[in-house]
Formats: sequence, structure tokens, C-alpha cells
Amino acid sequence: MLSAIPPGSAVASGSDTLKILIADDSDSDRLILQAMLRKQGHEVVTAVDGMDAVERFRAERPQIVLLDALMPRMDGREAARRIKALAGEALVPIIFLTSLSDAEELADCLAAGGDDFLSKPYNRIIIEAKINAFNRMRMMHATVQAQRDHIRERNEQLLLEQKTARRVFENVAHRGCLEAGNIRYLMSPLSIFNGDVLFACPKPSGGMHIFLGDFTGHGLPAAIGAMPLAEIFYGMTSKGFPIADVLREINQKLKRILPTGMFCCGAMIDMNLQLQEVEVWNGGLPAGYLIRTDGSRVRLVSDHLPLGVLPAERFSPECVRYTLLRDERVLFCSDGILEATNGNEEMFGEARLLEVLDNCDSPDKVFDELTLAVRRFTGSVESRDDISLVEVAMVPEKMLDVHQSVISTGLTGPSDWRCAYELRDETLSTFNPLPLLLHICMEAPGLRLCSGQIYTILAEMFSNALEHGILRLSSTLKGSASGFSRYYEERERRLKQVGNHFIRFELEHISQENGGRLLIACEDSGPGFDYTHQEECPQASAPYGGRGIMLLRQLCDSVVYCGSGNRIEAAFEWSFQQRSMGKH
Amino acid sequence: MNEHTHLDDEALAELREVMDDDFSILISTFIDDSAERVSTLKKRFDAADAEAFSKAAHSFKGSCINIGAPRLGDLCLEAEQMGRSGDLTGAEDLLASIEQEFETVKTLLQPYLASA
Repeated sequence: MLSAIPPGSAVASGSDTLKILIADDSDSDRLILQAMLRKQGHEVVTAVDGMDAVERFRAERPQIVLLDALMPRMDGREAARRIKALAGEALVPIIFLTSLSDAEELADCLAAGGDDFLSKPYNRIIIEAKINAFNRMRMMHATVQAQRDHIRERNEQLLLEQKTARRVFENVAHRGCLEAGNIRYLMSPLSIFNGDVLFACPKPSGGMHIFLGDFTGHGLPAAIGAMPLAEIFYGMTSKGFPIADVLREINQKLKRILPTGMFCCGAMIDMNLQLQEVEVWNGGLPAGYLIRTDGSRVRLVSDHLPLGVLPAERFSPECVRYTLLRDERVLFCSDGILEATNGNEEMFGEARLLEVLDNCDSPDKVFDELTLAVRRFTGSVESRDDISLVEVAMVPEKMLDVHQSVISTGLTGPSDWRCAYELRDETLSTFNPLPLLLHICMEAPGLRLCSGQIYTILAEMFSNALEHGILRLSSTLKGSASGFSRYYEERERRLKQVGNHFIRFELEHISQENGGRLLIACEDSGPGFDYTHQEECPQASAPYGGRGIMLLRQLCDSVVYCGSGNRIEAAFEWSFQQRSMGKH
Repeated sequence: MNEHTHLDDEALAELREVMDDDFSILISTFIDDSAERVSTLKKRFDAADAEAFSKAAHSFKGSCINIGAPRLGDLCLEAEQMGRSGDLTGAEDLLASIEQEFETVKTLLQPYLASA
């Protein structure tokens, strides 16, 4: 907290009583001066020559010094030099007592550190006026110095705080999995305090979330806003929350904590590497680009307001979904690139960006050619400080060496338990139970090592139960690009009408030597299907997605259908040694 | 040749006000001091040290001006200037004048001493 200049510093001694040193070898002159100063209320210290004056100054630390110019042992000029040196940073006015009339000798006294003269005979009115004038100067000097010291102290504290803040910020708003092989990015070293943020986090289901943001404002306020954003982004993504939930939470949090007029332009990308799909949300960032291997591209324009602007009930986390084939990529930048200027004050602009994209013959060269073009454009102009650019490519999951950071709490959790969780009616269309179910499973000690597999199992079971079991959607639709979007439109439509239905999860965990066994059953209120046929032919289309059931079989030790085909039971065995994704 | 009076009564009155009870101490201090300064001047003259002679005269001059003995101060100024010129010819006469003026001042100051 900024406090006023602390009392008790040098300023406070500016009361009317001063301690004044008089050095004069003439006893009568000294007596006169001493009497005059005492009459004016000052405390007087006397010295009989220059050497004595320096000693008395050292011992008594007077605030003003009156020195006779000509004294035995050490003259006034030498004494003045020594006293000024002893005084250091404090201003100790030195007034020469003199009847010198030679201009050169008077100048000599000033050169030695004297501040003024007082000529004989002494006139008490002039003495009083001079003492008062020098006291004001002394106090002003002391005030300026106290303020300077205060500012220096505050500044040192501020730098220290910034260093600490930066460390905290880097811990909270770390770069996540930005080093993954499919991500390339350019962030200025100043990005933490220029308001640009870039985060990437693996999802427990595989794939990743990427967030590029640009806070209004710079400096500490931007960094402060970025911290809860990072916290939510990493926390929710790694717990398995879908992109829409993460965005909704970020928006709500920023809306609540940021002052009006401050917000975060941002784009979030959900990379689903297994399904080769990408979902994109853009609120206020310049248009991003989806760059296809066939040379075509899709402009990912901002169709939302920035985060932290709209109240929760008016915020839309709706994303646009695209298929993204291998090596195709998504590119986003903050406005720093478009506004990068050259020596002629021209901006790089979107036209130049598009020119780079047009002339690039392969998606994997776009990033390099774009950064090169910007660098060439700006030349020596140091505007690169504000450039934030990220590119994410679609690659097979197994090519990535992305680890979920396992944060061990050191607590032991329940290892033998059983629970049932049922979602009914409208809740089916409005609530995503996966993070909660995953969270329950993760409480079992050691099971967190398999969070990715378990999330995928739960997600597959839930979407199969909902989309095929209850909504009766056919996954064959997803085979073509047009069918793909029709599938999701139809899903939305049917979800709105869902009623009198339920999905029930039963989870059971049994500890075993070196690991455990998780049993997951998922039952829906749909009519089921003839699974006897599908057991033989897993590629068969309806009603379960062929890909889904294959994935389940791959991950689990056993997968069986029960009842009318509306119940599926899976067993997942794990051990502490098992760490990699998928079964051997 | 010297227009100044032996004592500046106005200056002395002011000093008396400033010094209060210490006024007579100041006067006796001045007299003692001055006797020493006169003998110092003589020693410097005997040693033919013009520079030291000048400095001693300068200090003496300051005290005289402060106490309100302007004519003695003027004589000291003459001595100071003579010393600075490096030529002490005729300084003997000047020293005699200084001694004589000091005796006069001393006599004139007696009443102030008693007044305490």
C-alpha cells in the first residue's frame, strides 16, 4: 500500500530550534554570534578553529554551520570541505563569517562548499533572515530526499512484487502442453504483461484444448485477469469439461471480476484427434484460418463478443465444428500481427496475411512463411513485441507425447466402492455428467493414472446411450461432410424434445493387488437393439457407432451388452505400472 | 586622517541588548583578546612575516568592527593591506598608532565594564 512520507524522517526536525555550529578563533566575535543565535531560540555549539569545527561537527551533527574564513590550525575553507564530506547526502548549509573583501577569496570560500557569507559587523536581522532562508532550503532538500528514498524503496518493492507476481503467474498460467509436436506458436517474451495469453491443455479423453487470448489493457491488470482464466482453462479441461462449459465459466468469471471496459478477446480450439474433428469458438480475435491440404481454407471469423462482456444468460459458448484431416491445421493470431508496422507506419494487415496463405503451397509451411513475412515487413522496427501466433495441426494421437500432469494430493481415497448415478428427462439435454463421473473415479487411489482411458470409456458409453439409445440417431450420417452437420442439427432438435427418459451409470471399483478393477455399467431408457448380430460383426452400422464400440473393446478388458441392448457393461482393469494410452 | 570615532555607541547599545548580562564579559573578552592580538602583530612584524602580519591584522579588524571600535578597525585594515603588499616599511608607526588607539578604546570601554 502506498503510504505517505513516513513521519520522523529528516523533515520532522525542521522545527524552529536548530543546532548551529559556530567556528571562530575570535572569542569576542564568537560570544556576539552565540548570543544572537541563542536569542533567536537556537542551540549553539562552538569551535575555536577549523580542526575543532570538524570534530564538533562529527560529534554534534549540527544542522547549519557558521565558519570564520581565516582560522589557525585549519582554515574555514578546508573545514568546509571536510564538513560537506561528512554531511554526505544531507544538506548542511555552511555560511562563511568574513570581512573578506577580495572577490577571489570570497569565490574560493564558495568553491570549498560554502553556501553564503555573513559579513562583520554582525547584524541580527540579517542573521535571522539568512538562518531562516537556509533552514527552508535544508528542509526542502530533506523532503526531496525523503521522497526520493521513499520512491526508490517503493520502486524496489514494486519490482520485487512484479517478480513474485510473474512467478505466481507462470505457475498458474503455465504454457501447458504447448510443446506438443502438433502446436507451433510465437509469443513475445513480454506477453505476460502485454495482455496476450496462450494456453494448451490435454483433455483426459485425448486431444487438447487451446486458448489464445488478448486482454484489453496491459500490465498488471491484464496479468491479474489472465490468472483466473488460466486456472479455469487448465482446471476444467483436465477434469474433462467440454469446451462450451469451459468458455461459459471463463466468461462468467471474467464478467464478474473485471472492471467494465476490460475484457478478453479470445479464441478457443477443441482438437479431437480421434475423430479428426475440431471445434472453434472465436470471440473478438481477428479471423483465424483453417488450412486444408487441398489448398482450400475456411475463415474462422469472430461470431461472439469477447469473454467477460456478456452476462451468463446472454453468453453463447456455441462453437463451429469442422472435420480436420491429418496435417490440416488451424491458425490464429492476436491483432499484434495485423497491426505490426513497418518503417513507413504501414500495418501488416489481413491482405498481406492472405497473400502469404495464397502463395504457400503446403499447410506445414504456413507458420514459417507467415512469421518470416512479418519479420521482413517490420524490418528493424521493434513491433514484434506484441505478436502472438499459434498453429495447431491434426495428427494421430499416438504421435504426440503429451502427458497429463498427475498432481498427487498425497491423500488416500476410497478404493472399494459402488455407486449409481441417474440422469432424467430434461437434465439429459442440459447437463454433462462426464466430469462428475470422472471425478468420482479419480478419487480411487492410483486410478488417475488412467484418467484418459476412463474418460473415453465414460464418454463413449454416454454418447452412445444418449445419441443412439435414446435419440435414435444413426451414425452412418456422419460419413459425409453434409451428413456430419445434419447429424448435429438433428441431435440438437431431438434433444429439445427428450422427455421421460433416463441414463443410468453404475460404477464399482474393487482394489486388487497392484491396482484395481473398475466396472462401469450404462443403461438407457431406449428400446435397445439386437446386439447378438453385432457381436459377430462390429463394423455393422446401427445403432451403435462402429468406431465407438471398437474403441471400448480396445480400452476395456470386457464389454458386454445386456437386456434388450439398452445396457452395456464394461470392466477396466488397471495396475500401477500401466501408464500409456490404450491397451498394449 | 581618520574620520571614524573611537567607539560606535549605537553598535555598543545594540550589543548590550543582545548580550544582556554577558555584556561586560564580552567587553573584557574583547580587551583581553585585543591585547593578545596587538602583541601577535608585533611578533609578526619582528619576524618580518608580511603574510602572517596581514592575517593577524585581518582577524583583529573583524573583532573591532563587531565590537564597535571603528577607528581601531580602520588601522587594522591599513595594517592588513600593508602586510598583503609584502612591504612592511612604515609598519612600525602604524603599530604604534594601533597600540595607542587600543589604549584609548580600552579607557573608553571602562565604564561599560563597570556597568555590569
